[in-house]
Formats: sequence, C-alpha cells, structure tokens
Amino acid sequence: MSDLIQFFGDNAGLLFDKTLAHLGISGLAMAVALVLALPLGVVLGHLHRGSFLAINISNVFRALPSLALISISLALLGLSLINVEVALVALAIPPILTNAYTAVDGVDPDAVEAARGMGMTERQVLGGVELPLAWPLIFAGIRTASVYVVATAPLAAIAGGGGLGDIILNQPTYRLVGVIAATIVVVVLAFAVDALLGFAQRAVTPRGLHMPRELQTIVPAGTDTAVTVETAATAERT
Amino acid sequence: MSGALALAPAQAGPVIPDFGRGDECIRTNGNFCFNWFVDNFDERFLPRLGEHVKMTAIAIAIGFVIAFAAALLAHRHPRFELPFANLSSLFYTIPSIAFFQIMVPITGIGWTSIIIALVSYTLLILFRNILTGLREVPDEVKEAAEGMGLTRRQTLVRVELPLAVPAIMAGVRVATVTTISLATIAAFITPLGLGAPIFNAIQSGANTEFVAASLLAIALALLADAVIVLAQRAVSPWARARRRA
Repeated sequence: MSDLIQFFGDNAGLLFDKTLAHLGISGLAMAVALVLALPLGVVLGHLHRGSFLAINISNVFRALPSLALISISLALLGLSLINVEVALVALAIPPILTNAYTAVDGVDPDAVEAARGMGMTERQVLGGVELPLAWPLIFAGIRTASVYVVATAPLAAIAGGGGLGDIILNQPTYRLVGVIAATIVVVVLAFAVDALLGFAQRAVTPRGLHMPRELQTIVPAGTDTAVTVETAATAERT
Repeated sequence: MSGALALAPAQAGPVIPDFGRGDECIRTNGNFCFNWFVDNFDERFLPRLGEHVKMTAIAIAIGFVIAFAAALLAHRHPRFELPFANLSSLFYTIPSIAFFQIMVPITGIGWTSIIIALVSYTLLILFRNILTGLREVPDEVKEAAEGMGLTRRQTLVRVELPLAVPAIMAGVRVATVTTISLATIAAFITPLGLGAPIFNAIQSGANTEFVAASLLAIALALLADAVIVLAQRAVSPWARARRRA
C-alpha cells in the first residue's frame, strides 16, 4: 500500500502525461463514433424505419473483439494510432447507435402528432420535440460508450499508441505497483467521465422530464443490450 | 513512446521472422497465407480455439449463476440492488489487460486467474438484464397469478421468469460476445486461447498468424451471437408467435 502511494508520488508527472494522452485517444475515438453512429440512429429512429439495420450494425460491431481488430489493422497498416482507434470506435458504436435509434423511435407518438398538428416541419419536429424527449436515453448510450472506450484504451499500448496502457502493459519496467496505480487512474477516469456526462445529461434534459432511476448506473439497463431494440423491432413488424 | 512496450518493437523493425521453409507468401510475410494457415491449423489454432470456447463457457456459466442469484435477491429485496450494481460497475471499468495481471500474484498464472477476471466482467450486464426482465413483468400479470392462487415462488417460476426470458437472453448474448473479446487478452499472462497466437505474432511480426487468429476470434464471436439468437427463439416461442401475429 505504501508502495502504491510512493509510486503515485514519484511518478505524478508521468501519470499525468499518460492520462492526458489516454483522454486524447479516448476522445478521438468517441468523436469519430459519435459522428458515425449518432446521426444514423437519430434519423432511422425519426423515420421509424431500419430497426433491422440499426440492430444488426450494433450486433456485428459488438461481436468484434478489440484485440483482433487491433492486430488485423496492425498487420494491414503497420504501427499507427489508427490501429487502436479502429478498435475503440467499433466498441463505442453499438451503445450509441442502439440508444439513439431506440430513444427517437420510442418518443410518444401523441407528442409528435401534436407537433405536426401545430404545423411544425419535419426538421422542427425532430429538433424541437423528438430530440429533447430522447436526450436522456441517447446520453445514457454515450455515457456507456465512453466508459467502454476509457477502460479499453490501454490496449492502445499494443499498437504503440501511448496513454496509461504504456504503464499497464509494461510490468517489467513499472512493476505490479505501477500496473495497479495506472489501473486505479483508469477506473477513476472512467467514473469521472461517467459523472461528468451525467451532469451534461441532466443539463440537456428538459425540465419536466424526470430521469428514470434505471439510467443512473454505469451501464444502465437497456443500454447496449438488444432488449429494447428487440421490442422495437417486434412493434415495427406487427 | 520511447519503445515503452516490451512487446511491440519486433513489429516495427525489419525483422524477417523465422517461419521455417515456406512458400513465396510466407517468405515475404504476406497478410494472409492460406496454405500456411491450413497446414498449421491443427497444431497452432485448433487447441487455442478449444481453450477459448472453454474459458468463455465456464465464465458465462459461473457469471450467470452469481448474477442470477443476485438478481433474484435484488428483485425480492431492492436494497441489495445498488451495492451489487456498483460493485459490478467497478469491475467493469478495470481494464482487462490490468485485471489479468493483478490476479497473477493472488491466484497464479493459469485458468483460475483468467476465469475470475472474465466472470467479473459478465456480472454487470447479466445482473442488469435479469433484474430488468423480472421488473418489466406487468403488474396485471402478477395480480392475475396471485388471483389464481399461485404462491410467490410459483409466480416467480411459472410467470415472471418465463416472461423475463427475452431480456435475460439478450444479456447472455451481450455478455458472451464481450467475454469472447476479453478472453483474447487473457493470453497476455499465459498462452491460452486465441489471444496466444495474436500475442505471439505481435512479437514475431508474422502477419498470417495475426490475421488468422483475429479472424478466428471474430468468427467465433459472430457464431456465438447467432447461436444464442437461435437459442433465444427456441426457449421463448411465444415471443415469435406474438411477432408473427
């Protein structure tokens, strides 16, 4: 235990640098995943169409082992940051896509109809009614994805990517105490990112929309699982 | 980076690995040499594939028993939900590559360490899904069961659990593909499972070994996913009947 405290003391600068690199790698992956998955999920949900597409894209990406993706791209592209980003983006897409689709698809049809009845355009319906109502669930997906990405980013070190994985994968140099210290930083980081996004989630949630209790742990029920989407698909087919 | 990783540099250097006598493809280290893969499948890949399936199956089985018991407890006594959810969330945020290493001084290099780490990762998803499945059973259904004179235990076994099957199976599905993915990383501590050829190839730089082991891991995950979907339909025929209606 005192070893651990000493490691933190002696290597504060190193840990800080690696943490920044870690956040950079994770942030880039999240940005790419958001650009790819969020619009797709939102648009499909708005059209109430393509649940099959949304489910299957998510399922396929979820089944791709991160290490396998890293090593295939290592073989094809050689050492670069792209190796690990590919794997992290693949990891982040399913919860974001699934939740965005489910959230927008599941907005109360009465509210949407009322908005159309008031003469709103499709764009206004989506931006003014569906998205605000869907935000809590969409955000839950983004939170889950962020936790996955932060916790998996140490694999970046395999592809020479930097971040806290450089310490975690190098037990010969940093000893077990270093591995444990870096692991603690990753865990704290994951919870901090989750908490921060939790605040953001509350900030963008319209007043009057109370947040379901289920949405408040790190991988909320229904996030990144096929349950809710399965139900949506059932509803679509009937 | 300063070559911080002990494993990676072999890949970076112009090392011509010793692949033994091979055809043109192997000598030039092609991305995927099919002949080499076929020749080496029985020796290099099949045993690892078997280990991979075994560690996944054991971890899911143990994880399911623990999560199921915890979910039943939390279903009856909601105050147990938060502690278990938080504990399993904590496990979930530990990077797997660190978890395996941390287990080594405690339970040694081998199956025990691997299984403990893998089980820890299954708990959160299985627990949440089982509990959600049980909770989403409509009140009317439970009242009807009660009205028919079923005891609490009978209601659970005959009404609530069958209705929770789709949610439970969805959890098993996600937990299984996640475990297959994480099991590749177990080879970081000891050469078991499909991660073994991957880590071996990271050191030797043998592209075919990389790609073959990775493709096998991906194929295994996709296959497991498909098998569970079929199993899910088989054990909850009413869901499909409803869908067809």
